[in-house]
Amino acid sequence: METQKIKQDSGSIIIKTISYVCITIFSLFCLFPFALMISSSFMNEQEIVREGYKLLPKEFSFKAYEMLFNNSTQLINAYQVTIFITVVGTVLGLFMMSMAGFVLNRKDFKYRNFFSFLIYFTTLFSGGLIPTYILMVKHLDLKDSLFAMILPGVVGAWSIFLMRNFMKAIPDSLYESATIDGAGDFRIYWRIFIPLAVPSLATIGLFSALGFWNEWYNGMLYMDSPTKYPLQYFLQRMVNQTNLGALINSGAVINTADLPTQSIKMATAVLATGPIILLYPFVQRYFVTGLTIGAVKG
Amino acid sequence: MARIKLAGGSIVREVIKNKVLFLMLLPVIVYFIIFHYAVMPGAYVAFVDYKLNKGIFGSNFIGLKNFEFLVQNGDLWNITKNTLLYNIVFLALGNIIQIVFAIMLSEISGKWFKKVSQSVILLPNFISMVIVGVFAYNIFNFNSGFINTMLTGMGLDRYEFYSDPGIWKYIIVAFKIWAGTGYGMIVYLATITGINHDLYEAAYMDGATTWQRIRYMTLPILKPTFILLLLFGMGGILKGSFDLFYNLIGTNSVLYPQTDIIDTYVFRSLVGQFNFSMGAAVGFYQSLFGLILVLVVNFIVRKVEPDSALF
Repeated sequence: METQKIKQDSGSIIIKTISYVCITIFSLFCLFPFALMISSSFMNEQEIVREGYKLLPKEFSFKAYEMLFNNSTQLINAYQVTIFITVVGTVLGLFMMSMAGFVLNRKDFKYRNFFSFLIYFTTLFSGGLIPTYILMVKHLDLKDSLFAMILPGVVGAWSIFLMRNFMKAIPDSLYESATIDGAGDFRIYWRIFIPLAVPSLATIGLFSALGFWNEWYNGMLYMDSPTKYPLQYFLQRMVNQTNLGALINSGAVINTADLPTQSIKMATAVLATGPIILLYPFVQRYFVTGLTIGAVKG
Repeated sequence: MARIKLAGGSIVREVIKNKVLFLMLLPVIVYFIIFHYAVMPGAYVAFVDYKLNKGIFGSNFIGLKNFEFLVQNGDLWNITKNTLLYNIVFLALGNIIQIVFAIMLSEISGKWFKKVSQSVILLPNFISMVIVGVFAYNIFNFNSGFINTMLTGMGLDRYEFYSDPGIWKYIIVAFKIWAGTGYGMIVYLATITGINHDLYEAAYMDGATTWQRIRYMTLPILKPTFILLLLFGMGGILKGSFDLFYNLIGTNSVLYPQTDIIDTYVFRSLVGQFNFSMGAAVGFYQSLFGLILVLVVNFIVRKVEPDSALF
């Protein structure tokens, strides 16, 4: 018994040690690109050209950020576009999806299975990118409209089902008594369902907001005017562009030879990531709940 | 009596009775009809010789010519193969790593360490793939990339990553795993935490070692989740991670032989070559096979574990 006990402990110590080491290493791997990006954004251009991006630069320079803030029209534009689509898309989406979730959760709604399937089927089969593009551009006339970035992501089938499943816990008697008290369906939704649904609204709202914040694809497909580029697409153009002067600000006079081409790419990336990293500690808790619940299928 | 009558009543009567509920559902239904159902007939563009001015249904019907061409020039086979292989690796390797990390995290007792590492590993899940593309540039770029900084620092020659298709397979897989581990880890960790603690205690009393506990208790309990996630992943095996591939590879055609997947191919046919019919043919092929796969997988799941089937 005594020997077995010792054996058990040594085995568990080995497993614990391996776990600590592996998780630490992987965590460092997860942080490394962020650290490299941030330190590169503070690098002196000459040092980058001479020696390349580094984790620990010899000297710190704020030149890239100065340049970005002094010629910030396009960047501010991109921020505005992203904030606009994030706020409008999330609010609109939450409103539409919570109403649908509420109705589909009502057991006295006769066609709920039919409508659920109608929504569900779209996750199985889609028309594809090209018919979608033709619809958006030719028939809905959404080319170069900010709504082309909002509408495709505003409602998600899984989010509706998630919302519906969250609310299965609400006893039907609550609705019935409200009905007896003379409340209409919309009133029940607004005064009873919504306050109870706050945790699920927060989870789905955060996911949705994150999706809009990271939006670049529809921006690339549908936006023609640079003033309508969302932040992430603006960043992508900047990284792929060698002539940055044109992209930063067409109006201001910039000495292109002086432009910190390499560090400015990283500085823009930092500014595009920044808000998410800053919000992360606060919202992380919700995401973990959301992920765990989301994993349990609709 | 009135109830029976209503149950047998017409749709119209139902709509009138529940008009507020129908109105509340309407926005979402209209949304799905416009953005999903109205698009479906558009898949017809795969069977025509699309001319912009004639529209989808005005263009000449050419049957399977688009598909024939794609098979003949070998494109279809190459992108199908790439998409399948990448997804198989993502699924298998990704899930295994997620399980290993979930188990390791569950073995750790330090609360603070647990919390911080969990947040850090989940972090890559929140940034856009554009940022991941920036990371790749930051690390692999020829002139100033971090790896080349290290190589030249050690007196070695620079390595040109962006013209070596072979190496990108590994970079893509690495970034995919890097970005996805946190998410899956938490899903598995939730299953482990859900295991009744008394079971572990009983095993401990019986003298089971930590390793035996993992081998004979945790792993078998995770097996059904693993198999289910794998099976459902199979349904989407022809869908590519366009975000990831496009931001890492972009329009670097040197790398296409090893990195072109169905989604990047369709995208190029739209923006690069304006070859709508060809791209739509590939897209239709992808959607149709995706649907068939989901149905087959669901059929299998229903045979094995009826409760877990999707429908």
